[in-house]
Amino acid sequence: MAAKWNDITEGMAIPELKKNCSTQQLVLWAAASGDFYQIHYDKDFAKGTGLSDIIVHGALKHAFLGQLLHDWLGGNGKIKRFGCSYRGMDFPNQDITCKGVVTRKYEENGQKLVDLEIWTENPGGKKTTPGSATVVIHS
Amino acid sequence: MTQEKTPLITDEMRAHVGKESEPYTLEVDKTSIRMFARAVGHTDPIFYDEAAAKAAGYRSLVAPPGYLGTPVFNPSAAARRGRDLGPQPSRPLTRILNGGTDIEYFDDICAGDILTATSHVASYEEREGSLGQMLITTTKTVYKNQHGNVVAIMTGTGIRY
Repeated sequence: MAAKWNDITEGMAIPELKKNCSTQQLVLWAAASGDFYQIHYDKDFAKGTGLSDIIVHGALKHAFLGQLLHDWLGGNGKIKRFGCSYRGMDFPNQDITCKGVVTRKYEENGQKLVDLEIWTENPGGKKTTPGSATVVIHS
Repeated sequence: MTQEKTPLITDEMRAHVGKESEPYTLEVDKTSIRMFARAVGHTDPIFYDEAAAKAAGYRSLVAPPGYLGTPVFNPSAAARRGRDLGPQPSRPLTRILNGGTDIEYFDDICAGDILTATSHVASYEEREGSLGQMLITTTKTVYKNQHGNVVAIMTGTGIRY
């Protein structure tokens, strides 16, 4: 179901996207993104740097938030900008819940625009990757 | 007695802010798009099936959000780039964390596109945090396609400590 301009209201939540990375997914991401830093797939290496376990790539969480927006738009719009900060670490085999809330709906230069607050949440409900986005809605 | 810490940011680093890198090439091809989409877990066929992408009005498979091409790998070029890290802080910082990513799009990016990117350091910042003395580097990368149009600007934040 695509997002529709008339159905969008400020303050509304968009459908959540639930992720849970296997270690295999992290290796797949390493190859796809070209980020081969060992803290994301080599437990001994990660522990050697003081981490408790391997951690999920920040950029993968950014891409998850991109999927959250893409799936919500459902072909009736495009992402104009999306960004996030990596504030907390996430680990494999733990839920990463991607969420978003509409903060502003407006028209500018003939474009229908929506600003959102977006973030990922860990199983403890902590926002590990807070961010924001602007999308264009076609109709 | 408190001891003043030596600032991490040097004059040489300050002079480096805003200096554009050599342009480098990134290819956007169907195989890399599928691989990126699969690694994220995308289900929309416009990332996998060219007919579906064309039916949705695109030239070919669509670059998924966050995918800005794959740098063309060449061992000799990689060795050269390895040496070009820019000026180093007053003391060596060995640990690196990714602090954040922000991408602004100006046009579609599809399979078959050849992107040319140039990067520059937008700012250096020093902060005292839970990890101790940290250097925050904000880098801006501008991506142009084969027609010379800016398609995306990425702002990346790196944390070294």
